[in-house]
Amino acid sequence: MKRILLGAGLGLVAAMVMAAPANAAKTLVYCSEGSPENFNPQMNTTGTSFDVALPVYNNLVQFERGGTKVIPALAESWTVSDDGLVYTFKLRSGVKFHAGRDFSPSRDFNADDVLFSFNRMWLKDHPYHAVSGGEYDYFNDMAMPELLKSIEKVDDLTIRITLNTVEAPFIANLAMPFAAIFSAEYADALLKKGTPERLDHAPIGTGPFQFVAYQKDAVIRYKAFEQYWDGKQPIDNLVFAITPDAAVRYAKLKAGECHVVPYPNPADIAAMQQDPAITVMEQEGLNVGYFAFNTTKAPYDDVRVRRALNMAVDKKAIIEAVFQGAGKPAKNPIPPTMWSYNDTIQDYPYDPEKAKRLLAEAGFPNGFETDLWAMPVQRPYNPNAKRMAEMIQADLAKVGVRAKIVTMEWGEYRKRLQQGDHQTALFGWTGDNGDPDNFLHVLLGCEAARAGGSNVAKWCNEEFNNLVLQAKRTTDIAARTKLYQQAQVIFKEEAPWLPVAHSLVHMALSPKVVGYKMDPFGIHRFHGVDMKE
Amino acid sequence: MPPPPRCGAAAIRLPFPIPYPPMLRFLLTRAGLVVPTFLGITVLAFFLIRLVPGDPIEVRVGERGIAPERLAELRHAMGLDQPLWKQYADYLGNVLTGDFGVSLVTRNAVIDEFLSLFPATIELAAAAILFAVVVGLPAGVLAAVRRGSVVDHTVMGLSLTGYSMPIFWWGLLLILLFSVNLGWTPVSGRLDLLYYVEPETGFMLIDTLLAGDTDAFRSALRHLVLPAVVLGTIPLAVIARMTRSAMLEVLGEDYIRTARAKGLREKRVIGLHALRNALIPVVTVIGLQAGTLLGGAILTETIFSWPGIGKWLVESINRRDYPALQGGILLIATTVIAVNLLVDLLYGVLNPRIRHAR
Repeated sequence: MKRILLGAGLGLVAAMVMAAPANAAKTLVYCSEGSPENFNPQMNTTGTSFDVALPVYNNLVQFERGGTKVIPALAESWTVSDDGLVYTFKLRSGVKFHAGRDFSPSRDFNADDVLFSFNRMWLKDHPYHAVSGGEYDYFNDMAMPELLKSIEKVDDLTIRITLNTVEAPFIANLAMPFAAIFSAEYADALLKKGTPERLDHAPIGTGPFQFVAYQKDAVIRYKAFEQYWDGKQPIDNLVFAITPDAAVRYAKLKAGECHVVPYPNPADIAAMQQDPAITVMEQEGLNVGYFAFNTTKAPYDDVRVRRALNMAVDKKAIIEAVFQGAGKPAKNPIPPTMWSYNDTIQDYPYDPEKAKRLLAEAGFPNGFETDLWAMPVQRPYNPNAKRMAEMIQADLAKVGVRAKIVTMEWGEYRKRLQQGDHQTALFGWTGDNGDPDNFLHVLLGCEAARAGGSNVAKWCNEEFNNLVLQAKRTTDIAARTKLYQQAQVIFKEEAPWLPVAHSLVHMALSPKVVGYKMDPFGIHRFHGVDMKE
Repeated sequence: MPPPPRCGAAAIRLPFPIPYPPMLRFLLTRAGLVVPTFLGITVLAFFLIRLVPGDPIEVRVGERGIAPERLAELRHAMGLDQPLWKQYADYLGNVLTGDFGVSLVTRNAVIDEFLSLFPATIELAAAAILFAVVVGLPAGVLAAVRRGSVVDHTVMGLSLTGYSMPIFWWGLLLILLFSVNLGWTPVSGRLDLLYYVEPETGFMLIDTLLAGDTDAFRSALRHLVLPAVVLGTIPLAVIARMTRSAMLEVLGEDYIRTARAKGLREKRVIGLHALRNALIPVVTVIGLQAGTLLGGAILTETIFSWPGIGKWLVESINRRDYPALQGGILLIATTVIAVNLLVDLLYGVLNPRIRHAR
């Protein structure tokens, strides 16, 4: 009898296991790579977390889909005063907020929401400032506290922001995720209930998708917001299925369990491209991987040595071996997708003989010994720093330079690099706001050359620095473009780095997905995306 | 394989007599041992993660770096500017009052995060050990009864293979075969995305039944099969080998010969007289698998995107989320200790001699 029951039980289980559920229409599944820290882009620092917050929110201005150009969003239009200090934003009327489980908005979006969103980050005595830890990394990193003089509500639909100094990239900052607009009414309601931290975990915004539920480490669900100011989205549901392993994401795509897959294994890309059931997209990332020379340390204080090393390394071979096709050689410090990229610049040729002559001229006919720092982790701009370091080491040996590879834990690595402990090092950068200032001033300006600053070549060139500072204080894009192009010429002549590569970012999609555009910032955005039946 | 050392109460000799009944004395001695173990774990959990370079702020900063003033401010806010011994003392004090602290990343209470994820791990581990026992025990008995036959060699060969199988590779292999090529099981996750079940108990099989949704229950079951098989493979191998050697030992005993001489059917001899006596070392081994299961769960959960504590702990290490990590390790260790205690108690049920003879 027992055996019969057991057999029946097993049979039942087997029957249940075999049956498959039916498919729902217009649900897009994105197999995301990790769990978010929270749902508040003001406090997040990772792309993974920005991805989950952005469907819910809008900013005053936004980057055009798939580009770095700034276009209107919650602000219909804006004007800048002649002195470049006062920005006046005309807000869009009739914009609705989402309703949530414990909130129904009683009013449309207005200037109070803008004030609330910025003041939370800016004012240390704001009731929300300390909520959920109160760290606003990007707001601080983009130097907003020093930049902002005042934010005023002129009327319900007008906001005036006054700056302390002219800062042309400011408007691009406002399109960054940290500048998302929250509902002041929702925040007040939560504060009254004594649960302000829910603002950061149960998001309410004006964005194209409305948050439904998050099952920790597993699934995030959104539905299209019917009353979205720019019209309802073509898809009905958006689901993030958290899948940390790249091989498993690939398997899920093949099995039809997800439609969009980020960060494929480089080794899988060729096979994906062969597969008719998978669409592979690629784009140059907004990044640069470089080999920096510490210009404050001998022998790298001599420009001839820096130029010689630029000629001694076979960049093409590195890109093929390290990036396996997922990279493009870099000649400038900014990527080619960025405006003001100077394409007239000629890169140093790969010429070991000439490099040797230059080294001899500089007083090193027999070369010298140096360290060569390589980071221990995979970064978007450098998939394998150790391998890259070994190839550079071999190239340098050919011109007599004996390099010793040094590596350490990532946090420590960055810290000591910024302290300037190294002679030469591999490093890189991923852009924040799509503005050339974010590379040229942040990575190569004199201010960042101090100990602890992000100019790891510790390179301070007055002429270069003046151009970059001037561009920062000019709001006219054409004038700024000229200044940045000139700065890139000086960079090439002075050679504080050997720019190695800009990575190519890949996405794998089901052919059912229509209209997906890759974002140059590396964020995954789903507004405007549709699905074929 | 030699029989495992008998662990448990028999090994402990107290220098003074305790005037309690044997079972209670046994319990008290076992419980007394838990205290130093527990303290040792807090020390390890606390200091090991701090030996890893890069503190919670450093790892978040990325290429940009951080201003020294801001770093100091954040370190102060997280209490990282205190001397290490003081941080530990504070931590221990809090833990003793049941306060495991707040995650530095999500700002949720560690105990809440743990409890919301732990059922998923338990569900997976329970399914895995069920699979291991259901397959491993009969396989081991069979191998012992047919000692030296093809069956024996097959079972032993397969179990050695299973034991040495890297979980990561084994998991991906099964996914490629059963999910991608054959389409029998889903690749990963706990439930098809079509279904949304309000978490009541955290156990998906129970929650779907509570919700009265049999389709969702089926989906949860389908999702459980592959990860349970992957996680259960090593315990299966261990159980099969242990059952075999324990059975071989028992089968040579006089009472088995007596049972056979009585004219009992062979099935009854094996199933009742031999197996029941062979079970004690096997149960010990099953109990010890609790640690293996929770360790293996870390890899299995990563492969199958299973939202349990394994995945959570790995992420906490990467983020240097000290409170989450310390709390997580401590709570897992507590679970393992509790399971082992339970196993010790189970001996008494299985073997009356242990219950009474002291």
